[in-house]
Amino acid sequence: MAENADSTQGWNLKIQPTSSFFELRLKELWAYRDLLFLFVRRDFISTYKQTLLGPLWFFIQPLLSSITFTFVFGKIAGIPTDGIPQILFYLTGLTCWNYFSECLTRTSSTFTTNSSIFGKVYFPRMVVPVSNVISNLFRFIIQFSLMLVFLGYYMFTGANVHPGPLILLTPVFLILMAGLGLGTGILVSSFTTKYRDFTFLLSFGVQLLMYTTPVIYPLSAMKNSSYKWLIDLNPMTPVIEGFRLAYLGAGEFTINDLLYSTISMFVLLIVGLLIFNKVEKTFMDTV
Amino acid sequence: MSKAIEVHNISKLYRLGAIGTGSLVHDLNRWWKTMRGQEDPYQLVGQVNDRSQKATSPYVWALKDISFSVNEGEVIGIIGKNGAGKSTLLKILSRITSPSQGEIRIKGRIASLLEVGTGFHPELSGRENIFLNGAILGMRKKEIKAKLDEIIDFSGVERYIDTPVKRYSSGMYVRLAFGVAAHLDPEILVIDEVLAVGDAEFQKKCIGKMQDVSRSEGRTVLFVSHNMAAVKSLCTQSIVLKNGMVDFEKGDTELAIQHYIRAEISASKILLRNRKDRSGRGRIQFTAVEYLNGAGEIVPSLISGEKAEIRAYYQNPEQFESINNKIEVSITHPEGIILIQFNNFLKNFSLKLNHKEGYVSVHIDRLPISGGQYFINLLVFSNDLLEDWVIHAGSLLVEEGDYYGYGVSSTGIKAEHTWEEN
Repeated sequence: MAENADSTQGWNLKIQPTSSFFELRLKELWAYRDLLFLFVRRDFISTYKQTLLGPLWFFIQPLLSSITFTFVFGKIAGIPTDGIPQILFYLTGLTCWNYFSECLTRTSSTFTTNSSIFGKVYFPRMVVPVSNVISNLFRFIIQFSLMLVFLGYYMFTGANVHPGPLILLTPVFLILMAGLGLGTGILVSSFTTKYRDFTFLLSFGVQLLMYTTPVIYPLSAMKNSSYKWLIDLNPMTPVIEGFRLAYLGAGEFTINDLLYSTISMFVLLIVGLLIFNKVEKTFMDTV
Repeated sequence: MSKAIEVHNISKLYRLGAIGTGSLVHDLNRWWKTMRGQEDPYQLVGQVNDRSQKATSPYVWALKDISFSVNEGEVIGIIGKNGAGKSTLLKILSRITSPSQGEIRIKGRIASLLEVGTGFHPELSGRENIFLNGAILGMRKKEIKAKLDEIIDFSGVERYIDTPVKRYSSGMYVRLAFGVAAHLDPEILVIDEVLAVGDAEFQKKCIGKMQDVSRSEGRTVLFVSHNMAAVKSLCTQSIVLKNGMVDFEKGDTELAIQHYIRAEISASKILLRNRKDRSGRGRIQFTAVEYLNGAGEIVPSLISGEKAEIRAYYQNPEQFESINNKIEVSITHPEGIILIQFNNFLKNFSLKLNHKEGYVSVHIDRLPISGGQYFINLLVFSNDLLEDWVIHAGSLLVEEGDYYGYGVSSTGIKAEHTWEEN
């Protein structure tokens, strides 16, 4: 399916059993950018139409989770929060985590939820996961503004929070969350087309992954834990720690950590894309 | 003329049954073999796709070595019964799935229409859905914008264009969906039986639009259909597929359709001859049913209001003779109600039935039943003893015709009658 492969004879499309493995086909994705934005628009409209509270739901969900965390992990389990007001601490972690996990879970069901469209018409299948990541951005922005409201309140009341210059790295953090979620998601989606077991593993896996990410605890509290290596291995760890350091002034974050996350993201995305492109050619036979 | 599509030895292997148990093992085995440069072990055991026979291998060739080419501006019909491989070929051409072997080369932008309204979202308005559907079919936003008025005009839903399509009637929905599809602008168009939608008037409009597209705009079209009338009116050349292979090489549509129908009929003959679900002594047995039109040509369907002949073939291997034979041919509704009984006693006609193989015919002046799918039951008595009785010996497709001669269609049984008013 290489475009412009044989243009000398005027053939501009070849349909073959297998194409070369190393082909990212990003050009084709770009050609379908209109569709990408129409999908985003569709998601946006269909989510908000006919819900009474509309986007308000996106406030309520993280707020309730943060309150639950405050009680369970903060009050009952007594896990420290780097001296940050507990609710703000959890809210910050959840804002980042929710965006990542939403990108991951929605992307991972790309083939199964869209099989009716995919079975009828061809377009680069990557359009769907990429549009998911963009649609989820709206949700992130809502939760992020909720977080800013709480931040403002605690700064006003003189709590121990100090936003720093790292705030400038916000777009980088955002790209990392999206990229890591997308990369993992397309990898998982490629496997779920044939082996549905991965679908069941996923929700459990995402939950497990959250506990190896400093969402409910600060990295500093894990210094002497025997599981520290697992947390360090998680490329989302530096993202959340960095994000907290930027907005709350507490967290362990170095430039090397950032580099590690970035490299992980690119590896996941490239490997994911290669496998995804291979799967999209025949998944209709197995889905 | 230069070529627009070249199909080279396309084959497609499918695994039958549930994917799951064992497929991981097969995948690993396949991967291991291909990694070492060997042939895929499962492609060797694949069988020809003949659905009347039980499969002995879990792998089947849905398509095997299909080759043909299409010139620019040609309109080609692809005919074949269910399971012949039409849909698989269509899916490969539309890049929904890829072939197991072979190569297709295409010149120009290709768009496929396997369904109208793909990706329509009920919450979005008609206008928004035009853009979404158009983009899914491969149009750029500005192309859609340029054609927006034309599309709305074609579908005739101007008043409701900003209403969510979930409030549309099914007719409006289909018209809007087809409107988008009809305004696609690729050099090559691959179309499945999407014409079989909407009311009769709209269907006519669609066929007209497709003819315009293919004739005046010089578009290359591949049209896959069961509807022989549509194929006849649109396509100059056709290909017949059978069991995943080319049964009739690209040629004149008339000839292709004849070839297809002949093959269909010979298939149904074999079936009735071998049927086990019959009762009677069996000295005389039915072997086949055929339908003929007024011109005496074998046809796949009859038309209401027109001359029709139902021909029942029988065999009498011992050639025993009887003067008291009774044959009954009845047409039943799929729900089991007998609509019409034809019986030689009713017309005081005596049958000898003394040939080794022969047939009896029922001639109907003007077929009095409405368009639809029916069944034929066959029954033969000799000397009041049941010889053979086959329920649903054949299926009968009746196309609605102009029985009363005023171009108005009706349902149920038709009968000539007059009106009076005092």
